[in-house]
Amino acid sequence: MTLKFFTDSQKLWNLTALMLDGAKTTLSIFFLTLLFSIPLGMAVAQLRMSKKPLLRGPVAFYIYLMRSTPLMLQIMFIYFLLPMVLPFRVDRFWSVIVAFTVNYAAYFAEIFRGGIQSIPPGQYEASQVLGYTKTQRFFRIILPQVVKRVLLPVTNEVMTLIKDTALASTVAVVELMTVAKKQVSSSSSIEPYVVAIVLYLLLNGLAEQACKFFERKFSYYQ
Amino acid sequence: MLYANDIHKSFDGLDVLRGVSLSIARGEVVALIGPSGSGKSTFLRCLNRLERVDAGEIALDGDIMCRMEEGQICYAPEDTLRRITLRMGMVFQSYHLFPHMTVLQNLIDAPMSVKKLPKKRAVEMARVLLDKVGLSDKANMVPCQLSGGQAQRVAIARALCMEPEILCFDEPTSALDPELTQEVLAVMRNLAREKMTMLVVTHEMAFARDVADRIVLMEDGLVVEEGTPDQLFDSTNPRTRKFLRTDG
Repeated sequence: MTLKFFTDSQKLWNLTALMLDGAKTTLSIFFLTLLFSIPLGMAVAQLRMSKKPLLRGPVAFYIYLMRSTPLMLQIMFIYFLLPMVLPFRVDRFWSVIVAFTVNYAAYFAEIFRGGIQSIPPGQYEASQVLGYTKTQRFFRIILPQVVKRVLLPVTNEVMTLIKDTALASTVAVVELMTVAKKQVSSSSSIEPYVVAIVLYLLLNGLAEQACKFFERKFSYYQ
Repeated sequence: MLYANDIHKSFDGLDVLRGVSLSIARGEVVALIGPSGSGKSTFLRCLNRLERVDAGEIALDGDIMCRMEEGQICYAPEDTLRRITLRMGMVFQSYHLFPHMTVLQNLIDAPMSVKKLPKKRAVEMARVLLDKVGLSDKANMVPCQLSGGQAQRVAIARALCMEPEILCFDEPTSALDPELTQEVLAVMRNLAREKMTMLVVTHEMAFARDVADRIVLMEDGLVVEEGTPDQLFDSTNPRTRKFLRTDG
């Protein structure tokens, strides 16, 4: 095997620059998905726990659907569905964001539901007798405790999300993996994959450290 | 002051309260005693709106929490219920402190969030109350750093921070060893001396005898007997004598 990039610093730099350009899209998908799917997941979790079967039922089916079908299929389905149901054009990047958001919101919803349901009933009762409104109770008493309890499973999802962004290439969104594949086929070398591995490791390393930072921040109580 | 009449409550067909009536005057300390499963805690939880009664009437001074209308239980509108709730405090067996807050935050959060008290005023009040329960030095600790007795004293201070007119205790010392129990009972004795109106579900017979103005004995969802501690401890009712072990 002859090395085409790792023996030529200029070529390696050019390749890395191209891959970093793709990584920008990877990061955009990552951050936008988190930005939309976390609040949506919290709302879905609340609906999933609703006492009204008419709300709870469809939401349970939505979660089942998202968790039981491949994300790749969901990306393609939404990519072709959106132009049919919307009066305006949605570019492929945003259709990917929609697909990732609805998929990850379902996973986050189940994590948040588990977190909320693990809070002892005594916390609800104590806040009720102290006169907190339901909104105050949720944001001041329950949510801070839920955040601590769900940090580990959320870290897992965050790290999976970084890897899943590669699925955006399914609808030809140019992200890190798309660039790597293109470079491999044009150069007949697997070195671009090595660069991709390093970049994914870096991204996930940073994400893991960020999650650990929050874990430490919440470790002041049990 | 607090008036509860003919309270009924059942869970899945099991009648836990079968017509309990109780009135408490301002400044009075009432001890609610009875064997486990007699409905004492459920009654207390009904008064604090943690359980919804099936039938009966509850009122705090002029504010009616619930009453019967055409054979159906009818609760007051939410704003009235909130007003009544704020006039009552509750201390739980398992403390239920907020674990993510420091002791001081546990005390000031509700007065600031619910009663919109300025932070400076809330902190001043909290420090006075922490001093009162002997925990001034624990203000910046979190609940997991406290012993059971300390946690329960913080829970009492937290309830007092809302300036309730009546304070209910649901077996406040049941989870504590004898030494820690005395810490908590000492705080409750001080409150009684200050004429705090209290309704205490307890198994501490010595406390009930020494501190309570009135003792109410419950069994099977009914009041068996009530009266002053002397009346109860000298009672001729066989059930009362058996429970209090005064029948020789």
